[in-house]
Amino acid sequence: MIERSYEKFFRQNRLPHLWCPGCGNGIGMKAIVQAIEKKSGWTQDNTVIVSGIGCSSRASGYMDFDTLHTAHGRAIPFATGIKLANPELNVVVITGDGDCTAIGGNHFIHGCRRNIDLTVVLFNNNIYGMTGGQASPTTPLGKKATTAPYGSVDRPFDACKLAEAAGATYVARSTAFHVQHLTKMIEDGMDNKGFSFIEALVQCPTAYGRRNKIGEPAKMMAWMRDNAVMKNAWDKLPDEKKLEEKFPIGLLYKSEAEDYDTAYSHVIEIAGGAAK
Amino acid sequence: MSKAKLMQGNGAIAEGALAAGVRFYGGYPITPSTEIAEGMAKMLPAVGGIFMQAEDEIAGMGLVLGASLAGKKVLTASSGPGISLKQELIGYAAAAEIPVVIVNVQRVGPSTGQPTAPSQGDVMQARWGTHGDHSVIVLSPWSVREAYDVAVRSVNYAERFRTPVILLTDEIVGHLRENVELPEEIEIYPRRTPKKTRAEGYEPYAPDDDLVPNVANFGEGYHIHVTGLIHDETGFPVGSPKVTEDFINRMHEKISRAADEIIDVKQDFMDDAEFAVVSFGGTARTAYESVKNARAKGIKVGLIRLVTIFPFADKILHDLAGKLKGIVVAELNYGQIVHEVRRAVEGQCKVNLCAKYNMQIFEPEEIESAIEEIVKEVNG
Repeated sequence: MIERSYEKFFRQNRLPHLWCPGCGNGIGMKAIVQAIEKKSGWTQDNTVIVSGIGCSSRASGYMDFDTLHTAHGRAIPFATGIKLANPELNVVVITGDGDCTAIGGNHFIHGCRRNIDLTVVLFNNNIYGMTGGQASPTTPLGKKATTAPYGSVDRPFDACKLAEAAGATYVARSTAFHVQHLTKMIEDGMDNKGFSFIEALVQCPTAYGRRNKIGEPAKMMAWMRDNAVMKNAWDKLPDEKKLEEKFPIGLLYKSEAEDYDTAYSHVIEIAGGAAK
Repeated sequence: MSKAKLMQGNGAIAEGALAAGVRFYGGYPITPSTEIAEGMAKMLPAVGGIFMQAEDEIAGMGLVLGASLAGKKVLTASSGPGISLKQELIGYAAAAEIPVVIVNVQRVGPSTGQPTAPSQGDVMQARWGTHGDHSVIVLSPWSVREAYDVAVRSVNYAERFRTPVILLTDEIVGHLRENVELPEEIEIYPRRTPKKTRAEGYEPYAPDDDLVPNVANFGEGYHIHVTGLIHDETGFPVGSPKVTEDFINRMHEKISRAADEIIDVKQDFMDDAEFAVVSFGGTARTAYESVKNARAKGIKVGLIRLVTIFPFADKILHDLAGKLKGIVVAELNYGQIVHEVRRAVEGQCKVNLCAKYNMQIFEPEEIESAIEEIVKEVNG
């Protein structure tokens, strides 16, 4: 039997969680703590979990760290304040597609631009789950939602492309099906001193799958298995084969840039406040 | 040796906040408050602190609340349109009990209004701007030196009561320049600290004797949970009517039971006064002149100046009104504080409004006329 060493990272008295049976959020949450477990120097005392509002963002309450459940869309500004106020802390943000790319979209791109040393994990279920299935900025074209009963006509965001264009220095994608891979992507993101963005595709059988007749949670995960293409293979695919529902997973982008905290430490030096 | 120097009201607020221990500023530029951000951008790194220009007003609030939870004393500043945007997270700070000072250098509204003419039109927004029942402390200085003192007090109150404090100033005081001498020593209220260890059963939102919780800073090993949802002593959300009622009661009572200490009302020429002008902030400067001029004409009138706007000085005004024949409330808006004054006075004397909302500050003669009018109305 595999030792469940990650259990110590959870507040056992706050469980069971409120997510629906078959939801992918728990897989994402577990991948985060397993990544933390593998990181030397990251402890429950020096790591802070910050979340916004929505199904994804309830994760913070279950995790045994200092945790902050902020307002809708605002996790990144709060996390930025924490990181700059105490750079010794490791700060992880858990957010959702509505939280991060709709109401929090401005904070998201500016967090990327500044290259704040945060690890931001987006649980993308393509829908507003907590409020009962409204369309989000990542709901695919034509898919149904309570606020898009005839199919969505809003062109969706590719959150990874958005992060890369805005200046994030680590951008990766994985899915709830590829658990080990997802964990590795998060772990590698934590190694990057700068803004690290990991999109985790997660299934929402209740508010998205059911309405779009995609079926059981296992079938939604099988869809992830069948359509996700590892980045190396994706790059070799001719364009005509990148159509339909195929998408790349893995490390999508990485660059070197000074993180904000280091940059601001130079300001403090110039201003003469370094010893204070 | 005199340490007098020429300072602007906004500059004095920045200096006062820094002296009180503020080491983190997050905010967005907006006239007429921007000098506060500019002052902090220059001064904070020189003492090892951090200034960050946010992408918007909401982020400015998020930044300072995050930094406050991580242990820094924090400040943000804005004006009308920006303060409207900040309301979301002012409510979060009230609910999650995060120390923060928000400066509002008032300009004419609503909306973009008249940039950036003086106004005092945000008084009720300061009290009730964010949704839901909540408590708040609102202070308003009338001079550059008092702006410094009020900034220090605001930071201290934010820390002591773990509450948002609104430093409600106006374009008049914000952009006023005066020669001031700053105090060499000030009293500083330190960040509250846990009195128990985790092993001893520490609960981050358990109230101390003064009803204020000793919430640990992030990174101190307490593994606390902070949320804007209504929560019990553990900090975790609870969907119970009793917890909700107790929470809202405690929010209010932690401020109201200390109200006598927080309330600061200055009185001038009130010893033999039959009439009074109630005013605050920049307008009180004009009112002071008006009262002196009316006195020279033989009218027994005094000035009641509110430094603390909220909690409102109910008892002081009620007691004073018992000895007065009439009160003129002079404010640079359509009439906001006048309703609070009438509520506190409970009909004991006549209360007239002297309002102005045309971009211009009061001329002393305007408030003088209002004084003469109420004298005529009462004495016939």
